[in-house]
This record gives sequence, C-alpha cells and structure tokens, in this order.
Amino acid sequence: MSGGRRPRAASLGGVFVAVLLAASASGAIERLAAGSRLLATGGGTQVEGQAGGGIVPWAVMAGYGSSGEVGASAFYTHVELDDYALDALGVAVSVDNRIEFSLARQQLDLGTLGDALGLPDKSLRQDILGLKLRVAGDLIYGGLPQIAAGLQFKRHLDFGIPAAVGAVRRRDADFFLAASKLWLAGPFDRNVFANATLRYTRANQGGLLGFGGDRDDSRDVMFEGAVGVFLNRHVAVGFEYRQQPDNLRFSDQDAWMDAFVGVFPSKHVSLVAAWASLGTVATLDGQQGWYLSLEVAF
Amino acid sequence: MFHRLRRCPPLRAALFVLVLLGGTAGTARGDDDLYQDLGGRPGVGAVVEAFLFRLADDARINHHFAETNVVRFHDKLVELLCELTGGPCTYSGDSMKLTHAGMGIDHADFNAVVENLVEAMSGLGIATGVQNRLLARLAPLHADIIER
Repeated sequence: MSGGRRPRAASLGGVFVAVLLAASASGAIERLAAGSRLLATGGGTQVEGQAGGGIVPWAVMAGYGSSGEVGASAFYTHVELDDYALDALGVAVSVDNRIEFSLARQQLDLGTLGDALGLPDKSLRQDILGLKLRVAGDLIYGGLPQIAAGLQFKRHLDFGIPAAVGAVRRRDADFFLAASKLWLAGPFDRNVFANATLRYTRANQGGLLGFGGDRDDSRDVMFEGAVGVFLNRHVAVGFEYRQQPDNLRFSDQDAWMDAFVGVFPSKHVSLVAAWASLGTVATLDGQQGWYLSLEVAF
Repeated sequence: MFHRLRRCPPLRAALFVLVLLGGTAGTARGDDDLYQDLGGRPGVGAVVEAFLFRLADDARINHHFAETNVVRFHDKLVELLCELTGGPCTYSGDSMKLTHAGMGIDHADFNAVVENLVEAMSGLGIATGVQNRLLARLAPLHADIIER
C-alpha cells in the first residue's frame, strides 16, 4: 500500500504536463480559437481546480469564452513546502461566461512526517468537483463587481490518517460567494484588481486532512481575498490570503498566503509562480515554499 | 476627400493652421493630457486607422460593419476619441445607443472590438498606462452599446 501510490500519481502529473506542453508546442491548442474575453480575464487555476488565483477561487470563469462561447482550461500545479509537497491537476469548462464546471485531483506528499512516523500512507489524495455560477455583474464594466456563487464537492481517497488525527468526514462540500473587480488605469495608470471570497467550510487543510473534527464539526464562514496589479497586459503580480478553520485538536491550522506573479504570453498558455506560506500543517509549523502552476486554455 | 486635400495646398495649409489653433485651445483647457499622450490629432488618427484595419480583418465581428460608411465611421470615431481624451473636438455623431441600436452587439462582440483596439495600440507602441487610460474613458460606453 505504501510507496506504490505516490509514484503512480506523480507520474500521472508528469504525463499530464507533457501532454499540456506537447499540445501547446504542437500548436494544437492554438488551433482551437480562443474565446473573445480579454487576455488574463480568466485568471489562473487555483489549487482546487477553479478559475482564480493560486489558493482562492475568484468570481471569474475558466478559459476565455464570452457570451455564447465555450471556454476551457487544464492545469498542473506543484507546491514545494519545507516538509510537504502538493501536486494538483485538473480541467475546467465554462459556458456562456456564466457557469463553470471543474474537476481536479490533489495529492499531498507527506515527506518528513510520513518518514518520521512510519505512516501507512505516504501521501493523501482528494478529488474535487467544482461548480461556479456567475450571478451578477461584470469584472470590468458597470458598477457591480462580478459576483459568483460556487460549490466544491470533495472526496478524500486516503482517509486513514485524517481519521486518526480526528477528522470526522471523508467527503464534504464547500460553498462560497466570490466578488471580483478590475479597475482600468488605477494607481500609476495600471489596471488593478481585487477579489473577496466568503467560504462556508469545515475542510481541514482544504480537505487534505478530511472534513470536520474532534474540536468542531460545523461549517464556519472563512474569508479569502486577493489583490493584484497588471504591470502590462501580460504580467500581473499580487497577493492572496485564505483563512482556515480550526477543527482538529491535534494541530492548529493557520491561514494560507501567497505572493504571485502571473505571466500570460497568450490566451492559450499561462504560468503562475508564487511564494506560499501555509503556516502550521499537521503539527509541522512555518510551512513555506514555492508554487508553480501551468495552465493551457482557450 | 483625401484626394481632394492632396490637390488643394491652400486648403491643407488652412487646415494645418486650424489644427494648430485647435491644439492651442486644447492645451489652454489643461485637461487634455491623455489626448497629448496619444500624440494629439495625428496620434488619435493613427490609432483609429490601425483599429479599423483590424476590425475589417476580424471575421468574428466584421459582418457588423458590412453596411458601414467607413469614411464617416473613421471621422466620427476620431472625433469621439478626441473629445473623450480631452482634445479640442466636439463629437457630432449620433449617441452610442442610437448608433448601435438593432445591431445586436453582445458581450463577445464588444470584447472582440476592445481586443482589436488594444492590439492596434500595442502595435503602435503606445505605452501600457496610456492604453489603460483610454480604455478607462471608453469603458462607460459599454452599457449603451451592449444589447443582449
């Protein structure tokens, strides 16, 4: 059981990246006409597979589809922390710039902790089915920000360790409301954006340590936010924050944060690099490291 | 019209003087920074021309302009951008609402047009900040142009 799982999923990630890069390099993606929305208005793909930043789902829709168009994206993300590594990959489709469906898998490599404790699983995986509906407003035009309501259905695949540390549920749903707004010609004549998300959740470390716990099994409203600025239309820099609930007695949970650079050479490929801080994760404190996410889209 | 201008040096000279006077009048108002940053009348004209060439080539939206009088469209668009950027012009065309009525412009059309404007400005080497300021002045027109 131990050992075999991690290489399989890691190689799946490797194959996925190879396919994304090959599709991008061969021009196969370029031949799919991109939607009409402006460059970078789909953001990147956040770690749970929905259009957003790195760790926060934003109100924007995956890909570039505008009214009457379909957009889509695929992503692979790797986060390398002091004592853990996280891989995430998935796909998302949006229709009419109105509704977004996404599917993602995450795998947390337990590294240090797995070795030290001789744990039965060397990694923890979960699948996430995402749904997002734009309910009002527009990212750029009009007085209202773009507002979206969303869901993340999560199913843990290696529940032994989460159960052992006090998690109560193997599967659960997060509900959220997100508002995103871009202001043209803000400070220094640069386009700036902000996003605020309220998430109703009881996920421990986003669900990688299961849902609910021996300290608290009810959902709480958590605040998540992002601010950023486009240096030009191809490069954005920004900061994100994601508050976390505290449901498990065995370990405190801190807010997640990241500072990111997003590069959008075209509508078909983008890269987000970030420095991320997840605080204490399963008793190991001060978890920091780098984050890299590749997305292809149309 | 351009042909006639070329053959009529006195008229061109008169226009040149008018342009100079107009430029002076604009400067006196002191709120024409964006107009000046775009390069005044020649700069705005260059943006409009590059923009129109891109629109004509864009299969997503050029059907909307099949019946358009290009010369009038060009002149009114220059006037509009000149006025919106604080230049010495008064837009004399119809309202945005009237101009676009019945065309069925949707969000995808609007985005495609903005994309062409951005590409036109980038192609002319216009600085990011200047592009953003022009887009910010144009953005409020969105509500009157979109129909569905």
